[in-house]
Amino acid sequence: MDLDTNLSQLWPLVWQSTYETLYIVAITLVLGGLLGLLLGLALYVTRRGGLYESRVANAVLNVFVNFFRPIPFVIFIAAVQPLARVVVGIGIGNRAIIFALTLAAAFGISRIVEQNLVTVDPGVIEAARSVGASRPRIIRTVLIPEALGPLILGYTFVFVALVDMSAIAGVIGGGGLGNFALQYGYRQFDTVVTWTAVLIIVALVQVVQLTGNTLARRVLRR
Amino acid sequence: MALLELRDVYKTFPAVRGGQAVEAVRGVDLTVEAGEIVGIVGYSGAGKSTLVRLINALESTTSGSVRVDGQEITTLRERELRQVRLGIGMIFQQFNLFSSRTAWGNIAYPLEVAGVPRQEQHQRVSDLLHFVGLADKAHSYPDQLSGGQKQRVGIARALATSPSLLLADESTSALDPETTEEVLALLRRVNRELGITIVVITHEMEVVRSLAHRVVVMEAGRVVEEGRVLDVLSEPQRPVTRRFVGTIVDDEPDAETLAALRERHPGRFVKLSFRGHDVRQSEVFGRLLRHDVRFELVYGGIEEVQGDTFGNLTLALDGAPAAVEAAIRDVQDLVPTKELG
Repeated sequence: MDLDTNLSQLWPLVWQSTYETLYIVAITLVLGGLLGLLLGLALYVTRRGGLYESRVANAVLNVFVNFFRPIPFVIFIAAVQPLARVVVGIGIGNRAIIFALTLAAAFGISRIVEQNLVTVDPGVIEAARSVGASRPRIIRTVLIPEALGPLILGYTFVFVALVDMSAIAGVIGGGGLGNFALQYGYRQFDTVVTWTAVLIIVALVQVVQLTGNTLARRVLRR
Repeated sequence: MALLELRDVYKTFPAVRGGQAVEAVRGVDLTVEAGEIVGIVGYSGAGKSTLVRLINALESTTSGSVRVDGQEITTLRERELRQVRLGIGMIFQQFNLFSSRTAWGNIAYPLEVAGVPRQEQHQRVSDLLHFVGLADKAHSYPDQLSGGQKQRVGIARALATSPSLLLADESTSALDPETTEEVLALLRRVNRELGITIVVITHEMEVVRSLAHRVVVMEAGRVVEEGRVLDVLSEPQRPVTRRFVGTIVDDEPDAETLAALRERHPGRFVKLSFRGHDVRQSEVFGRLLRHDVRFELVYGGIEEVQGDTFGNLTLALDGAPAAVEAAIRDVQDLVPTKELG
């Protein structure tokens, strides 16, 4: 194997790319996380027997989420490019990639949120209703706290998925470790550079997963 | 004025996907006076859980009138209902505690909802924890509590806003017999010391006997029998009531038991029914002794219901036919008797 590598000259780029990945994923996780939480809550509360039961709203939401969620991300980026130009003013680069990632993440997260909320015992919601709590209060003070452990694990899972998805950012001129690995590793036949990026990604994922697990365990070990 | 008044109440659940509409409650009239403990018994599906949820409007009433403390609640809006619910506590079979909150946090929740100032919340939660005997478990999470402790937290939470009415939905069905007795004792204190009216839903007649003043029997969405616990236990009218009463009171031996008894005991079998303090057993046995008969107690028992006693005793009377006949006649004017075939 040819270990002729440019890695030594690329370190500044490595750190720059690591920073970009973290920056893209973090913003996406916050924005997409919030959007996904709202969408997931909406899916959950409109279910049959839910706090805001509505067959129509639930059906519409389901079709909406199911329409966007299965689109492969590399195609999704291209498809929402016109929308990105309108919303964030540009169709390429990190801002455009954050926009596309946020949307895609929101749809995925909404299902994760919905699934976790379904596991909350309906009895505790009934108990909260029986003491006269309003529906928004129940969502805020019972539903989300009761599902917090699984939600943290769900968001941790999403973080890892976002790191994966962000690797494709290069197709519209976005940065990050994925793009770096493709551009300076794969295309230059520089296996060492590729693997450097890979190892950094693996390390990142490990740290985040460990943090998520610890947090979730602390919340669940009541 | 009655604390709770239901008039011709119906609840129909609409059909779900190809299923049929379910008439869970069909024309129920029910009056509960302040300070009472009323037990509602019935098998699963009798509509009792639905009925209790109409009282605090967790379910909406299809038709009929539900008055709580004189206020018609079936026409209230959600916002107004929340106010009504603050005055009605509820406890559940599965306790339904918030697992993300400590015992303290669970009890404080209704106070937060009611907007009680922190300082007052603190005092109230502390008082309630002492009342239910869990002062040392204030900072335990539900996972760290036993079933009985969880239900006591549930009771404290239900009492937090000082309701006048407490609804208990199968509140002891998930507990072992000993813990059940603890929880029932606590509920009796809630009624006696705090003067809180209690409506208990149960399928356990034992709970009714040891707790309730009055019992309402439900079957297929209707009230089929109601009355003082002693009256219903001693003279159940409907088949369903008799089945329930039979679970705790030995009324008379069934055919199979009777046949087995007959093989061991000679003579005529007579069931004597005792009720209240009207007749002393000693008097009845004294009369039997005046005759030249031998008698044995072969079946039955005497029950205690809140200071009253009642029960059915089946005796095997043996001796000369004329003497037995005379003995039976002699006690007939003291207690209701029934000759078993």
